[in-house]
Amino acid sequence: MGMKLRALLKSPWVFHLSTGSCNNCDIEVLDCLTPRFDIERFGILLAGSIKHADVLLITGSCNRQSAERLKRLYEQVPKPCLVVAIGECAMSRGMFIESYNCPLPLDHIIPVDAYIPGCPPKPEAIIAGAVKLIEKVGAAT
Amino acid sequence: MTREQALQEIRARFDGVILSMFDKSPSRVYIEIKPEALVPAANYIFWELGARFNIATGVDTRTHIEILYHFIIEEINLLVSLRVKLDRDRPVIDSLTPSFEAANWVEREIHELLGVEFKNHPDMRRLLLPENWPEGVYPLRRDYQEWDKQAVRDRGV
Amino acid sequence: MAKTILPIGPYHPLQEEPEFFTLTVEGERITDIDVRVGYNHRGIEKLSESRTFDQSTFVIERICGICSTSHPFAYTRAVEDIFPMEVPERAKYIRTIIAEGERIHSHLLWLGLAGHFLGYNTVYMWAWKLREEILDVMEILSGNRNNYAMFKPGGVRRDIKPEDIPAALKKIDAIVPTLEMLKNAVIDDPVLHARTKGVGILSKADSIRYSAVGPTARASGVARDLRKNCPYGAYDKVEWDMIVTQNGDVFDKAVVRILETFESIKIIKACLEHLPEGEIDANITSVPPGEGIGHIEAPRGETFHYVRSDGTNRPVRHKVRAPTYMNLPTFKATIVGETLSDATIILASIDPCYCCTERMAVRDETGRKLLHGQDLVRLSREKTERIRREMGVEPQ
Repeated sequence: MGMKLRALLKSPWVFHLSTGSCNNCDIEVLDCLTPRFDIERFGILLAGSIKHADVLLITGSCNRQSAERLKRLYEQVPKPCLVVAIGECAMSRGMFIESYNCPLPLDHIIPVDAYIPGCPPKPEAIIAGAVKLIEKVGAAT
Repeated sequence: MTREQALQEIRARFDGVILSMFDKSPSRVYIEIKPEALVPAANYIFWELGARFNIATGVDTRTHIEILYHFIIEEINLLVSLRVKLDRDRPVIDSLTPSFEAANWVEREIHELLGVEFKNHPDMRRLLLPENWPEGVYPLRRDYQEWDKQAVRDRGV
Repeated sequence: MAKTILPIGPYHPLQEEPEFFTLTVEGERITDIDVRVGYNHRGIEKLSESRTFDQSTFVIERICGICSTSHPFAYTRAVEDIFPMEVPERAKYIRTIIAEGERIHSHLLWLGLAGHFLGYNTVYMWAWKLREEILDVMEILSGNRNNYAMFKPGGVRRDIKPEDIPAALKKIDAIVPTLEMLKNAVIDDPVLHARTKGVGILSKADSIRYSAVGPTARASGVARDLRKNCPYGAYDKVEWDMIVTQNGDVFDKAVVRILETFESIKIIKACLEHLPEGEIDANITSVPPGEGIGHIEAPRGETFHYVRSDGTNRPVRHKVRAPTYMNLPTFKATIVGETLSDATIILASIDPCYCCTERMAVRDETGRKLLHGQDLVRLSREKTERIRREMGVEPQ
């Protein structure tokens, strides 16, 4: 397991998932892939299908419908897989904590490896978070 | 047609069913009508006066359920809001979807969030709420209670 | 011919937001579409009732990330309509500047995505690179790239400093040549004409029946724009044109958005150059009982907010209606009869913002999945390549 995880850190393919968000975080994630920030030069690509994903980037406040699909999708992802919660909504639902349609925070549904706070986090923050995660995983294996 | 002419026409045509007309400002008018007269009044404002249907707002005041239908006549910058008051225990009104398609999703949303029944709506399915949401529980009503025992409402700190 | 149901969604790379369409196809032709929404429903209208009027502005801003200014703008106008009152002049100009900056970045975002669906990844990368310049301008003026938090009932929260204006103007002027290049690349390209002209037509009569709003309606010949018909902010004090085209197809919708971007640049520059002195806030201390309606022209169409107050410091009812709510049902009119390879660009042409509509995707009853979302993108791009070959155009 350790070697596999180490191998995927060289060029992690990310799959981005929105569980009911305002899309600001999603747009900032896409901003990371466009010419100004361009994380593709580090080998980080947006995977088309969840079966090719090494890292899951999850945004949004997990409303009821999305939570069901999230669980199913997490089961389909080939392990090992790292999960990153981006934005306040993914961390704890933020200001939607009392909403009738958002019952549980993300880490009660699937295990999370890294949290990137912000509303939305700037692309620099997302990249810093991704680098920290890679260093932490690299040091542990 | 000017603003005054439009309002005069409405007043003349629907004289018996207008319960009140509140001329709030040059671009806002609130007209309360009897629920039975909704379809003819809405049809007149949409098709004859050339207004655009904006949205319908449902409100649960504790005594009754109100629905406001907002129409805008952009050429003269006039927003006409038709208000109907419905009985809170059994709110029923005729659907506007057969008259213009724009009312379709609007009525579906009011039905599932407030529990209003729209007669003759062609496709009354759920729009926003999940399938496992219990029947008969309407989130926007004043007496809505949290029914989900699994929900976590504190941040854990 | 056998009928097959084709699900697109809910999580596939075409759209950032989860939504689910079920297309019923016969061979290559689409015969029916069902849109299922609700994956983004967060119960914001109910949340508003437990927040004060001022706190609500922050929740409202997070209805949508792309059009994040249009919701607070409409909401603050609704609260001011309860009195009714006008905000100070300087506040009106600042509000207009922020709203137009957002329109530019939203249209560029759409342009990039449309290019991506058609297989023009260069347009995608260039449009988003250009968008970063506008986000820099917004950061200079308001302090943040997206959630500006500039609006409050009664005026604006922060002022624009006079020393920031020359830097902002300089950056805006620097964008214009690249924008011209993008405009010509899109409007003059023969392959794009073949892909988008005559595709996904929304007739004027349908547009009125569905009460479509924004560029979706203006592309079908409906000459209505709230900034001209029901002037607010500083729109009646600066010179600009409403863009209307007649055909209602995907090409026209793209043209309307691109040309509107140039008009927005005109408006921002005029407002920054003629910003009047004065107060920025009317200092509302309490909201009287009553009801108010605020509506503004967001990048996607008319955003409508209704607020009812009973004299306390919280709204009794707050209704939010985003433009995509009225535009989404028009899919039934535009996509039926078209081919699968055009499905993705037609769905994208109304510039859907699902978070605004709080909508969810369609469900597939039969459970048969014949094509993935990726296959649809592939189909769309293959059609572009085929047209290029037929026309003898060099591949990109």
